[in-house]
Amino acid sequence: MNTKYTYPFLSLIALLIIFFFVNISLGSVSIPTQEIFKSLIGDINNASWQYIIQDYRLPKAFTAILVGSGLGISGLLMQTLFRNPLAGPFVLGISSGASLGVALVILGSGLFGGVFASLLISKWSIVIAASLGSFLVLLAVMIVSSRVRDTMAILIIGLMFGSITSAVVSVLSYFSSAEELQQYIFWGFGSLGNLSWNELFIFFLIYLAGILITISSIKGLNTLLLGENYAKSLGLKLKQSRLIIIIATSLLAGTITAFAGPIAFIGLAIPHMTRQVFHTSNHKILLPAVFLFGAIVMLICDSIAQLPTSDYTLPINAITSLVGAPVVIWLLTRKRKMFF
Amino acid sequence: MKNEQQHIVLETKNLSVGYTSKKRANVIADSINIALQKGQLIGLVGANGIGKSTLLRTLTTVQKPLQGDIFINSKSITDYTTVELAKQLSLVLTEQIASKNLSVFELVALGRQPYTNWVGNLSDNDLKIIEQALLHTNIIALRDKKCFELSDGQLQKVMIARALAQDTDLIILDEPTTHLDMYHKAYILKLLQKLAKETGKTILFSSHEIDLAIQLCDTIIVMSSTEVISGSPCQLIANGTFNTLFPEDLIAFDQSTGSFKVKK
Repeated sequence: MNTKYTYPFLSLIALLIIFFFVNISLGSVSIPTQEIFKSLIGDINNASWQYIIQDYRLPKAFTAILVGSGLGISGLLMQTLFRNPLAGPFVLGISSGASLGVALVILGSGLFGGVFASLLISKWSIVIAASLGSFLVLLAVMIVSSRVRDTMAILIIGLMFGSITSAVVSVLSYFSSAEELQQYIFWGFGSLGNLSWNELFIFFLIYLAGILITISSIKGLNTLLLGENYAKSLGLKLKQSRLIIIIATSLLAGTITAFAGPIAFIGLAIPHMTRQVFHTSNHKILLPAVFLFGAIVMLICDSIAQLPTSDYTLPINAITSLVGAPVVIWLLTRKRKMFF
Repeated sequence: MKNEQQHIVLETKNLSVGYTSKKRANVIADSINIALQKGQLIGLVGANGIGKSTLLRTLTTVQKPLQGDIFINSKSITDYTTVELAKQLSLVLTEQIASKNLSVFELVALGRQPYTNWVGNLSDNDLKIIEQALLHTNIIALRDKKCFELSDGQLQKVMIARALAQDTDLIILDEPTTHLDMYHKAYILKLLQKLAKETGKTILFSSHEIDLAIQLCDTIIVMSSTEVISGSPCQLIANGTFNTLFPEDLIAFDQSTGSFKVKK
């Protein structure tokens, strides 16, 4: 029954491998293709090339894979949970929650002052603040949405949370120094290339936890396709499943935002792009498909952001919006209805 | 098949239903004592706003009873876990399913969820039961269609097949014939009657199609503002129960034809 998706899956895996190599081949320093393959097996003479590939481009490519697949999957989770094709980590205010957490740490640290500030501003406190912020905002959206049944209202509530957080961020920026502000704005551009192997490892562990939780709720996610009352009548523990899905989403979207900054549109667009190829709602098929699609699109976006052969790197957040927004518009105009 | 000792699938004792708002109970119907026999088709009728939905919502544990107990197969529904209850009671609701991107087969297969493993893989037995559910509801030809391609009547059959696949003693349907044309109203209710007979399941549905219910049901539960009465259609006609259903200014029940007539 699932054999009809064998070819799409094989071609996606092939594309993932191709774009992985394209991604590590491109950058501000041009390195011959042969040398890139050599450096992967550690057989290269040029030390700086070796460094660029092993300690910069490889972790960046892996980060891109984690970010793209993780955001895609958290978008899929949100769309199923909220029964709304427009849901996604960005629209529902999860990213703004993470932004608020980070803003509080970076911009608010001045208010605490002294030793405490330098303690607060470490990478890990940013990670924790972002995860916590996204979890709290998602929880708030969830609590409010359990009272309103209209899913459009939930989206508007998500947007409201977004504007509340951006207002708080403005207030904080008004009181903070230029350096702090710059640090926050740079975080807001999004970046895939900032992670060392150690940080990538921690990122991967949390990501893995989110993915494992997601896999464990595949059955519940499929049941939720019928709506909450039907899901309950089929024996689903509704509150528990909801909470688990929220935790998985905030682990994924929260850590990604923490490590790579707020990255727009991937979470919303990837599940829809996937459904254009895989005509199904079955999460057993959609989940791996979204993983592959997200990873591929992110690798492509990152390759574009590098502006190959130039010295500039564009903010990844801008590229994903530039790619993602037209895709969503195209999808909406092509089929008047968005099924999920 | 008629035994003297009928098996009671669903029973309510002194049930009262309604809402609690601001710590005050708003009773919609009370002293409900009904017993549903195995293999019967039971219709629940009553005027708009009389509390049919509230009663069904209470029977299906969507809301709590204000008072009294509900038993399914002689066990109180509060003693069932959600999964156990899902093996006793399946539903067809008025609400739309969230995703219409599901195929008919996928949707019916979801009825097997209480029985499948953690990732929801279907066993051979599951597949057999799904095929039977498709067969019983005459939708084999639709199996690979997407739900958004179906008409309302077809979709209702699919939802009934899904409830069948859940393989429960009791199926409760909330107004299964709304939005359907006259032919499909009769078709769906006739199908329910056939299913109750052939599969031995107890099927309870609420409806405004009183004349169809009179023709097809084994038992009818009549909800009026004062009481809840159940009985066979003939008994209820003889007792004049249907006359109490609606205000008398506009329509009246005609005992000879078993239907309502507009007063001239």
